[in-house]
Amino acid sequence: MSHVSNYNPSSGIEKWLDKRLPIIRMSADFMDFPTPKNLNYWYTFGAILAVCLVIQIITGIVLAMHYTPHTDMAFQSVEHIMRDVNYGWLLRYIHANGASMFFLAVYIHMFRGLYYGSYKEPREVVWMLGVVIFLLMMATAFMGYVLPWGQMSYWGATVITNLFSAIPVVGESIRTLLWGGFSVDNPTLNRFFSLHYLLPFAIFGVVALHIWAFHTSGNNNPSGVEIKDVKKDAVPFHPYYTVKDGFAIVVFLILFAAFVFFNPNGLGHPDNYIEANPLSTPAHIVPEWYFLPFYAMLRAITFDVGPISSKLGGVLVMFSSILILFVLPWLDTSKVRSMRYRPVAKLWFVLFVIACIALGYLGGKPAEGIYVMWAQIATAYYFAFFLIILPLLGILETPKPLPRSISESVLHRSAKPESSAAPGAPAAAE
Amino acid sequence: MKAMTITKTLIAVLAAAAASQAVALAAGGGEKHPEHQHWHFSGPFGTYDPNALQRGYQVYETVCSNCHSLNYVAFRNLGQKGGPFYLESCPEGFPDNVDCSNPNDNPIVKALADKYKYQVTDGPDDTGEMFQRAALPSDSIPAPYANEQLARMANNNALPPDLSLITKARGGGPDYVYSLLTGYEEAPSTVQLAPGQYYNPYFPGDMAQAMKPEYMHDGHPVEGVTVPPGGVLSMAPPLADGIVEYGDGSPQTVEQYAKDVTEFLMWAAEPKMEARKALGVMSIIYLVILAGILYWSYRKVWADQH
Repeated sequence: MSHVSNYNPSSGIEKWLDKRLPIIRMSADFMDFPTPKNLNYWYTFGAILAVCLVIQIITGIVLAMHYTPHTDMAFQSVEHIMRDVNYGWLLRYIHANGASMFFLAVYIHMFRGLYYGSYKEPREVVWMLGVVIFLLMMATAFMGYVLPWGQMSYWGATVITNLFSAIPVVGESIRTLLWGGFSVDNPTLNRFFSLHYLLPFAIFGVVALHIWAFHTSGNNNPSGVEIKDVKKDAVPFHPYYTVKDGFAIVVFLILFAAFVFFNPNGLGHPDNYIEANPLSTPAHIVPEWYFLPFYAMLRAITFDVGPISSKLGGVLVMFSSILILFVLPWLDTSKVRSMRYRPVAKLWFVLFVIACIALGYLGGKPAEGIYVMWAQIATAYYFAFFLIILPLLGILETPKPLPRSISESVLHRSAKPESSAAPGAPAAAE
Repeated sequence: MKAMTITKTLIAVLAAAAASQAVALAAGGGEKHPEHQHWHFSGPFGTYDPNALQRGYQVYETVCSNCHSLNYVAFRNLGQKGGPFYLESCPEGFPDNVDCSNPNDNPIVKALADKYKYQVTDGPDDTGEMFQRAALPSDSIPAPYANEQLARMANNNALPPDLSLITKARGGGPDYVYSLLTGYEEAPSTVQLAPGQYYNPYFPGDMAQAMKPEYMHDGHPVEGVTVPPGGVLSMAPPLADGIVEYGDGSPQTVEQYAKDVTEFLMWAAEPKMEARKALGVMSIIYLVILAGILYWSYRKVWADQH
């Protein structure tokens, strides 16, 4: 880690270990990490996501002890978990809703990174590792949804794996490899189960890199100004942010628990309580809510462009919508990180969030009539935001003056409400 | 810039969204939205009414089970905690060493299994033959048909779905099941039904397919005619007043039967709901208190910062 270590091994054992494996030093430095003192609640989602990952892995491992990855028994084994395994219903509802909570948190985390310019120099690698985690999460969630072998599991898997066949030359072979045969069937279920167990550990590894990377560059913060004076601008991670993150995690868990205990199927689709039937196609095949924006983009491409068929075009657009995030650090030409000081970019950002939510809504609607047109408009805006608006704004926009330091930005902000509020009112804790 | 532009765009987006909704409705067809019912099990503190569950089981056993299986429910489930026939303690006259809260020793459950209308195929026996025997509490409730082919043959090529998860496997859930059971109507005069087909405004389907040809032109209804909501299904109206004899004096009406059997099927789909909600209330209380303590700690820890 990049900061000066404050760890002093006190006992003989600690000194002995410190020369051989400085693991206590590493942990102590981690807890001691100088963190900007002005991080707001949007910055607690990193810790929330770590909790989500651990919850998913623990519940998933226990569920795997009771689940049978075979087309004849998968659906039945899930019902066995729900009915006969001790607290199986709890494990499964936590795991299923946990996926939704995970994506809710990751989307907030990503929008936060976008708003405060957390992808900009020197945090490009932090951001790109985050995009890798997001891709791995999508793959994991998609394969996990197939495992209960309900109607949406089966037909969702069929639709998505078929997309790969649109890739020229190698597409058909990729699809055959994904299927392990000539349609979604038992080999598909088996490999998806295997990969669904593997990928979370890959995510765990990339998360470690993600954390290592921002412990090298230091955290970004809402002002976007780097730490100038560690004493004035930063506080040690523990106890300041362990307690703040801890509070946010518990508030998040209240929402999580509300779904698990009182509306456990609210985010799911009723059709997934019907066992998969290759001979009966559901009226509307829709993915889980967290994939709907991408599903809308996929279906928004209803026209051929030269040699590119509408199907291939949709696939390209869908994958590009994520891959474009990898080059975002170089598309945004503005030197100012935080949109707090970018009055024009802020408005386009709000519109971007609206476009993403609109795409989510449109992805859940049938791909016909007016819905397609709106999906096309929102998709166009999604790409324009990255390819036109952010590159141009860096040149055209006049940013507001930046605070000289984090501590100045904090004093400036906490001074403002006090001038209007009653004098002597306690200042906000941050 | 652009605050104005954005506001205008927003208004345009909302207007278009409203317009597209109108388009979707004007296309006709669709099905009637299920009637919202008040259920004993609704809400964060809702529980199953054991009497309704028992009556509902009776309706299933008398009527539904003639065609529909209930594969994921075993007789023992009927006597487990929260089930329709759970007993805290044995009735008078049982020896002290019998624990009737154990579903396998529950006399009601044992009798229901033993006297069930279908037997269980077991075996092979010592001579290598399969044989039929009466059900035990540990058996799943036996299905009316041995396989899908038999079920289709007996039902005009339609397959009666398993009912174990039906209240979770349909949009609208229990409201839908209740509405379907009570919502059968005489088919409108514009509609031509094949023999063995029944009209129900709550059943998802495409009634444009069933319109008499003189009312349709190029796949659209002619001027002044609308496609009725709902669909056609192969299930005849299953319930009629008085077909199930209740022992507890509850009204013997279609509505009451539908309500009871839906509650029973909700239990069949979600037998751990009561435990889930009870644990949920405790969990939320615990988390709220913990959040309060953490918030207080947070204020305390940060008090020395500016």
